[in-house]
Amino acid sequence: MSDPKQPPHGTGAEGDAPSVLDDGKTTRREFVGTAVVGGTLLAAGFLSLSATAQGGAKASSLEGPSVAPVPIKLQVNGQEHALEVEPRVTLLDALRENLGLTGSKKGCDLGQCGACTVLVEGRRVNSCLTLAVMQQGKRITTIEGLSQGETLHPMQQSFLAHDGFQCGYCTPGQIMSAVGFSREPWGQTDADIREGMCGNICRCGAYPHIVAAVRDGRGKQA
Amino acid sequence: MRPIDYTAAQDVRGALQKLAARPLESAPIGGGTNLVDLMKIHVQNPALLVDINGLPLAEIQEVEGGLRIGALVRNSDLANHPLVRERYPVLSEALLSGASPQLRNMATVGGNILQRTRCAYFRDISQPCNKREPGSGCGALEGFNRMHAVLGTSDKCIAANPSDMSVALAALDATVHVSGPKGERTVAFGDFHLLPGSTPERETVLKPGELITHVSLPASRFAARSRYLKVRDRASYAFALASAAVAIELEGKTIKDARVALGGVGTKPWRSAEAEKALMGQPADEVHFKAAAAAALKSAKPRTHNAFKVELARRTLVRVLALAAGLA
Ligand SMILES: Cc1cc2nc3c(=O)[nH]c(=O)nc-3n(C[C@H](O)[C@H](O)[C@H](O)COP(=O)(O)OP(=O)(O)OC[C@H]3O[C@@H](n4cnc5c(N)ncnc54)[C@H](O)[C@@H]3O)c2cc1C
Ligand code: SF4
Ligand code: FES
Ligand code: FES
Repeated sequence: MSDPKQPPHGTGAEGDAPSVLDDGKTTRREFVGTAVVGGTLLAAGFLSLSATAQGGAKASSLEGPSVAPVPIKLQVNGQEHALEVEPRVTLLDALRENLGLTGSKKGCDLGQCGACTVLVEGRRVNSCLTLAVMQQGKRITTIEGLSQGETLHPMQQSFLAHDGFQCGYCTPGQIMSAVGFSREPWGQTDADIREGMCGNICRCGAYPHIVAAVRDGRGKQA
Repeated sequence: MRPIDYTAAQDVRGALQKLAARPLESAPIGGGTNLVDLMKIHVQNPALLVDINGLPLAEIQEVEGGLRIGALVRNSDLANHPLVRERYPVLSEALLSGASPQLRNMATVGGNILQRTRCAYFRDISQPCNKREPGSGCGALEGFNRMHAVLGTSDKCIAANPSDMSVALAALDATVHVSGPKGERTVAFGDFHLLPGSTPERETVLKPGELITHVSLPASRFAARSRYLKVRDRASYAFALASAAVAIELEGKTIKDARVALGGVGTKPWRSAEAEKALMGQPADEVHFKAAAAAALKSAKPRTHNAFKVELARRTLVRVLALAAGLA
């Protein structure tokens, strides 16, 4: 789970935006903040219930006593980050919780949904099934590192143009997967796109628009 | 996930030493797609992970007309290698039918061969399972066993081996190369996985502290005419209900040589000598494909929810034989 105290990386553009607009409406930022806190309470309540039932599971993906964190360096989106994590911390958790890069989503945490897809050395992988310590010295790209400043990556533009999402939860994973897909030896048909994108599940079922977005975005260079 | 220690090895010797230092609680990690998954749900709980990704075992080399495939070659790289596509299409097809592109970019050859069953009782530590906890019973025998095996089962375990790649390797007469504290050895692929019998916790002949270093494929006259067909609950990204890997050599319309292996229905990657015998020297036609399919499933022991697999596997085999023979 992400730490609500840690602001997402790369929100510099918003700066210290006021939390209430002139017309009294809540900004997106404040809404997100509230939603995250609400979600945390909900999850904490749920987890404490199950903790009682199971006799003491912790409200975190890390159970049992901790071992000493180890210092590691990760190269994420062209920047080197020094951090300290326990060896059992997944790349996904390190990105989200240590680096505040919450664009990569945690869906299943078991390799089944693709929401956590990132690129390692330009190839798409599920960041929930690899450990952060294993990815030292590798070039990691997350959804936050795809755009060039204010200019969106062509695949991001294509997802916008084709409305390739509904709730958006699977979208960062879909886009990262689509970027990886575009570099792999697949054929040109929609069947190739569907098969090549099979590792990304969309609960909302936005598949027809996702296929259109990938079809359109795949040929375009970043 | 429980706490772990981690160390990375740079060569085979170093990895073997690190594994041997804590023999009962260490495990090598390749892609991690099976091990990290099972550590999260507490089914596997190694205290020390030895990262073998730095070992120089990621090459595919042509050797005496065959291939030598390093244990760390990623599933996607193996599937897309030109020599594999050209000479062993069944292997490429099997790999590309497994998991997702992301997982195939991570998964290694060694890890794929050693991946554990997807039996839901095995994966749920609140359930009895002889494989996970010897002697605790088997939740699947009288439980929901729709995904389970019909071939090679015992009264202790009916879990299906989930690997697609291994079905192709079984058909292709592959050899597994192993390194351990006592040196190197080779194991014929058919001997590598064990039947559950009364010890379902023992799945392969690999001993603790040993590493798979390579897999080799012999040159073959029949592998170029080889196909893989997988049937599952959805069009992709699902484990096999039934699958079949076949390779045949034709002389005119007569089958001169054949290899047949089944997936999704066996407790191990299931090479069928019976089906091969039924094909050898026979015309490549539907009558003989059906005879081979009947022979392959003759010893099947269906349970409450998986009886459909017997007919499904037969039809899968008939269909893929027709594909390999160029008749479909
Ligand atoms: C959602 C999902 C869907 C999947 N669908 C399919 C599918 O349809 N078909 C299919 O075939 N597979 C499927 N898989 C399984 C996938 O193919 C395996 O997880 C993968 O091949 C394992 O390889 P790995 O390198 O990641 O193994 P790891 O997780 O690294 O290791 C697996 C085991 O092998 C050991 N090990 C690894 N390398 C070596 C070595 N060189 N020597 C000795 N021991 C070693 C490890 O200690 C561990 O016990 C799926 C997996 C997931 C998560
Ligand atoms: S079938 Fe095998 S793996 Fe599944 S519960 Fe029974 S003993 Fe365990
Ligand atoms: S969160 Fe990694 S695949 Fe679902
Ligand atoms: S857009 Fe909602 S899950 Fe895909």
